[in-house]
Amino acid sequence: MKTIYFNKFYKSFNILSGILIIASLVFLVFKGLNFGVDFKGGTLIELRTDKSSANITKIRDSFNQMNLGDVSVKNFGNETDFVVKFEKQNSNDPQFIEEIKTKLSNSIGTVDFRRVENVGPKVSKELLRSGVIAIALSLAAMLLYIWIRFEWQFSLGAILALFHDVIITLGVFSVFSLEINLSIVAAVLTIVGYSMNDTVVIFDRVRENLRKYADVKIFELTNISINETLSRTIITSVTTLLALLSIFIFGGEILKGFSLAMILGVIFGTYSSIYIANPVLVSLKVSQRTIVKEEKE
Amino acid sequence: MLYFSKLRVFSVLIFTLIISYFTISNFTKVDDEFFSKNIKLGLDLQGGSYLLLEIDNEPVITQRLQSKVLEFKKFFKDKDIKVRNFVIEDKSIIFDVENTKIEDVKSLLDDDKSEINPYFQQYKSHQFNIENMDTSFKLEFSDYGLVLLKNSSLDQAIEIVRRRVDEVGTNEPNILKRGNDRILVELPGLDDPGRIKSLLGKTANLTFQFISSSSEESFGTEKLSFEDGSSEAIVSKRIVLSGDNLMDAKPTMNNQTNETVVSFSLDRVGARKFGKATSNGVGKRLAIVLDGKIISAPEVREPIIGGNGQISGNFTFQSATDLALLLRSGALPAPLNIIEERTVGPDLGKDSINAGIMSLIIGFILVVAFMFYKYRFFGLIANLALISNLFLLVGILTLFEATLTLPGIAGIILTVGMAVDANVLIFERIKEELKNENNSIVAFDSGYTKSRTTILDANITTLIAAVILFFMGSGPIKGFSITLGVGILTTLFSVYFIARLITAYYVIKNKHKEKLI
Repeated sequence: MKTIYFNKFYKSFNILSGILIIASLVFLVFKGLNFGVDFKGGTLIELRTDKSSANITKIRDSFNQMNLGDVSVKNFGNETDFVVKFEKQNSNDPQFIEEIKTKLSNSIGTVDFRRVENVGPKVSKELLRSGVIAIALSLAAMLLYIWIRFEWQFSLGAILALFHDVIITLGVFSVFSLEINLSIVAAVLTIVGYSMNDTVVIFDRVRENLRKYADVKIFELTNISINETLSRTIITSVTTLLALLSIFIFGGEILKGFSLAMILGVIFGTYSSIYIANPVLVSLKVSQRTIVKEEKE
Repeated sequence: MLYFSKLRVFSVLIFTLIISYFTISNFTKVDDEFFSKNIKLGLDLQGGSYLLLEIDNEPVITQRLQSKVLEFKKFFKDKDIKVRNFVIEDKSIIFDVENTKIEDVKSLLDDDKSEINPYFQQYKSHQFNIENMDTSFKLEFSDYGLVLLKNSSLDQAIEIVRRRVDEVGTNEPNILKRGNDRILVELPGLDDPGRIKSLLGKTANLTFQFISSSSEESFGTEKLSFEDGSSEAIVSKRIVLSGDNLMDAKPTMNNQTNETVVSFSLDRVGARKFGKATSNGVGKRLAIVLDGKIISAPEVREPIIGGNGQISGNFTFQSATDLALLLRSGALPAPLNIIEERTVGPDLGKDSINAGIMSLIIGFILVVAFMFYKYRFFGLIANLALISNLFLLVGILTLFEATLTLPGIAGIILTVGMAVDANVLIFERIKEELKNENNSIVAFDSGYTKSRTTILDANITTLIAAVILFFMGSGPIKGFSITLGVGILTTLFSVYFIARLITAYYVIKNKHKEKLI
């Protein structure tokens, strides 16, 4: 197979990644994330209406008359399904949901509540906290694992690539105001695993080649290793993306956010293994001595 | 790495077949319980209600402190120590002691064998922490005292919750402790939790108290309002009888008034108490109080001796049934708050299953087709490994009765996408090895050997993520972490035992063929 000179573009792609990360951080800090009821507390109702009577404005109007705080209504999948979210949660009043249903059917006709989620402020805070802890913990565990398995230069490269993927994925969610809920946390953790997986495969090859070729500069050596593992990188990303696309298209509305986050993560993860992790090795001037020294110790 | 002993081939085969059987058992009917196992569906797939309840322990703490005060008063009286000015304030007891006895009181409270401030050997801590300023003492629950109190009220509450849920008769409810003040209730198949919520929301503290003749609130009486909010009444604080003495309660029709009432029967102690009180109180009105609200206050016309009675109060048959149920199951030690609720209707669950299976089938076909396109014959081997991987994965989930959730199905599909990675790594490595090696058996062997650490590294990273998710996640997300984690193990098995076995067999047969892969 023809050799592709990935290393020619290390600099330009690093600048691009830098810009993307800064942009993501700016969005995350100033616009923030669109937290769902899991993390913000409140009530979510997924409802199905009679076809004849359904439209967003009508539903929004009738919910607005019920004093439930901020109400958001969105179409969900097909035109008869809607998701309504509002701040008020009153799960202690057993009639709370029933009353809403009665009022709603008075104004727009028969409705079926397909899903109701009611999360109190205390629980949502805890869920958010444990979500953040889970992500932090997984990053720490990856760091530890790769530290044991590789030299510190490699660990740094892998971890930078991880942060890159997580920050940009969250950045995209912030830009498009996509909802962050529990399943997104699961997606982010899986992205962490996948991105690490991809980086480790290339790094294993870099290390092997470092032993093989004493006099090849790391700049060249990373490129050789990327090329040698390239067809694997492509095939695995393609099969993973095929599976994820299938979930995204056919898996129903509930899994849309999850599969979208994963798709983004796989794309960024593959990209960062090549363009973040490897340039770090180059700029840290990794050489055969790096690994030989460690092995002697 | 291409050699397999006969025994090994045999055991791989048997293992795969046995586990795969449990995948198939999901779709068949066999009379034996063990062999007809089905995968357990999460609430998001079968529909149902998930409720998280939190105990409000404040009233229990106050109650406990009040009875502690009585205990203290008696104890110090017996010891001939004068204590004054008992107050319960901010979850602590405050009192004064005469000057000369400060040290005595201190040692009585601090002693490891103290009767009034128990010492918990296992926690190396007293039930109460003591603060002493001059003649004034302040006692508040120590952390462990509080833990014990919460645990005991949780134990009581979970028992009552279980009884109430069982009485309603939903199928296979799941009731679990969470931490030391929460109860998780899972109700499969229930799409309207309104009734259960209203049953669990009531403490159901029933008392019988006489209505006071005076119209002013005074010491020993309290003002309570009627259930329907129509009026208020001054009620004596003295409790004639409480729900603890109730043996049974059921809704019945009163033949004379044609009203629905709740009739109850009392235990022996209760019957005696009730008989005595009603004998002395003929002509007075007896208030029936539930959770601080008067249900009704009928006049006592004659002594009620037999231990049977009726509660009237404008009931519908449904509300009488619910009240009887609450009285039968007993009072909660403290009020419960519902702090999280998730309900999924059964048809949404069905839609989710269909969508999940649909995307699994399509994702699977796409991946299999792609692998065949890339590797031809070896693609078939990888695909065979993938199929057995799926069978193993679903089989293990069934065998261990893991709960399958919608994200769990996503985890299976994701496993399909990522599982081929290991075989791809091996095949690519073999291709490289074949460039410098003429003996194809040697090339295949070193292809397997050299890719091994990479494959392990790559899978361990994903496994780490899955394990963390398992411990941090809840409900549906836990389901995802289970399929992802088990998926990695079955992937490694199917790649290293099944695919490698077939590869070895094929390569040894065709070792002289050009361009094997």
